[in-house]
Amino acid sequence: MAKKLTIDGKEILARDDATIIEAAHEAGIVIPHYCYHPKLSIAGNCRMCLVEIEGRPKLEISCNTRVADDMVVYTQSPRVIEGRRGVLEFLLINHPLDCPICDQAGECGLQDYYMQYGLYHSRFLEAKVHKRKVVDLGPDIVFDAERCILCTRCVRFCQEITKTNELGLFYRGDTVEIDTFPGKRLDNKYAGNTVDICPVGALTSKDFRFKIRVWFLQETKSICPGCARGCNIFIHHHDGRVYRLKPRRNDAVNDTWICDAGRFGYKAINEQRLLHPMQRQGEAWQRVSWAQALAQVSETLQRHAGAVALLVAPQGTNEDCYLLARLAREVLSAPQVVLYPGEPGDEDDLLLRADKNPNTRGAQDMGLPPPVSTAQLASLVAAVEQGQVRVLYAIDVNLQQAFGADTLARLAGHLDCLVFQGANTLPGWEQAHVALPSCTYAERDGTFTNFQGRVQRLNAAFRPRGEALPAWQIYQRLANALGQSWDYPSAEAILADIATRVPAYAGLSYAKIGDLGCLVGTTP
Amino acid sequence: MERLTFWQKLYLPEILRGLAVTTRHFFANLLGQRHTVTQQYPEQPTRVSPRYRGRHRLMRKEDGSPRCTACMLCATACPALCIHIEAAEHEDPTVEKYPAVFTIDELRCVFCGLCVEACPCDAIRMDTGVFALAAYKREHFLYPRNLLLGDEEPRHIAEGRAPLD
Repeated sequence: MAKKLTIDGKEILARDDATIIEAAHEAGIVIPHYCYHPKLSIAGNCRMCLVEIEGRPKLEISCNTRVADDMVVYTQSPRVIEGRRGVLEFLLINHPLDCPICDQAGECGLQDYYMQYGLYHSRFLEAKVHKRKVVDLGPDIVFDAERCILCTRCVRFCQEITKTNELGLFYRGDTVEIDTFPGKRLDNKYAGNTVDICPVGALTSKDFRFKIRVWFLQETKSICPGCARGCNIFIHHHDGRVYRLKPRRNDAVNDTWICDAGRFGYKAINEQRLLHPMQRQGEAWQRVSWAQALAQVSETLQRHAGAVALLVAPQGTNEDCYLLARLAREVLSAPQVVLYPGEPGDEDDLLLRADKNPNTRGAQDMGLPPPVSTAQLASLVAAVEQGQVRVLYAIDVNLQQAFGADTLARLAGHLDCLVFQGANTLPGWEQAHVALPSCTYAERDGTFTNFQGRVQRLNAAFRPRGEALPAWQIYQRLANALGQSWDYPSAEAILADIATRVPAYAGLSYAKIGDLGCLVGTTP
Repeated sequence: MERLTFWQKLYLPEILRGLAVTTRHFFANLLGQRHTVTQQYPEQPTRVSPRYRGRHRLMRKEDGSPRCTACMLCATACPALCIHIEAAEHEDPTVEKYPAVFTIDELRCVFCGLCVEACPCDAIRMDTGVFALAAYKREHFLYPRNLLLGDEEPRHIAEGRAPLD
């Protein structure tokens, strides 16, 4: 059963247990709010979401009023606007004029609503209450008690989502403050989300603090490559540099959260990048052109046909994996393909997955073999040592973790050619003979399939840095150097091909995947 | 067009009249300089109006530290994108944020004054009256924070008279 009500003259069908604010937001009517958050319990303390309901004498808060049949709600009537102005004036009484030094400026609820509904001259003659500033709450969180409007979103987050209960309200009246309980630090694995949900500049991230003003940032929808969950994110970047990641709401995957490990994963886009194709001459690395590097790799692959192994970490997109599988199947003569996801990490029942790769499932859907553990790499080591494998093409693999430093050095000695392809200089890469730079997930289009089987889209935020190429372009050039004539113009064209060849992905397109992804079945 | 009178058509009388003006100024300047309109720049400093937008300077608080809080509103308002600021965390929590780097590229600057208008702290002004910013190297036009604060002498050729080094 649905309830039928009218908001601002618009007839709306709402869920039975919906609140007015939920019904309004679903209908595209935005009601200003601070303490309400769709994924947290209702607190009803900010009083900003006041609406007028016909037949009720007072303005009511829409976040804590359930819809009813034939309800008539006004969100923009003169009484409501006057009410909001009053609430805002109260909230701003003790708020410091920190905007020039506040990181939230530009995305601040107080600034936005003041410009929309406030615009009054301050009538406050008394001295403002001063509280603590620059309080160190945890490894990444700085708190400013003066700026806080006590909406308790962060407190509820730590109670209800992480269930770690670090935060509470202390003292009373206008001296009330948020703080950690004695002996506790705000250091849970999801603490960064408290900064995201803080509607004002009370909680700021040490990592992002003062790096850039938010109005310089551009936003690109993407997927976190930190684990098999595939949390939906926004990449916030400026001038080819990523400054932070923010969660993007997707109720089927990550609600409105991301973990801190994923949040700080952006550093790999900015730092320790492999930017140019390189060849090793003795001990020194020499920068070469793509043509030279690919000529060397294709020549080596041809010379040692039948003695080639591909060691792949499931970091590539479906498009990459599909072309790699085609390369292995159609171009190279029966190479040994090993899908190595690395050591499992920590896992919990909120977001974190033990598999720290974004596309282990998609890689298998695209025709790569099932993943192997570190111990199972022993057979590959043996094959190299016995001379059955003369060329090892490692893709996005942390070689040092896979083999250990000593074995890796020994392997490199046995091999005729060790090719390393990756976006970053992962440990062990320097043992390679040829290095091919691929671009990071922020610089390219593509799709990941998460552990649930949800295909989700990456969008290129900016041009690849240096001479880095999307991995699928490297495979295409390599295949063409080996006599093929592949001509995929874009990642989208590869997905169109996948949609016709891989039964589970039949009918998929970038348009169909959209912003929130598309669930696919397993490949039979 | 107005038609010339006979007297004007004769041409010579008007020439003489013009020469008379020149001669009058010649002797006036020779004997005293009351009527001189020519300024002897750069030998004599020129005067600019108080509202003239010259080279920028950064202001200080009473304790001598820069007034600038690195809010970047000037950099945001700047149409020439010539202001580069890097903010840093100040050890005093009541100050919190300060500009570790504040560089103005005077070669890119169009002297529009929008940075001065944008500043909420009156930290940047263009009231120095300095307009002669010639220098021998491009890098010398990158004015760092200490120069803008007045701690460091600009490396431009002062009043156009500095010899080549």
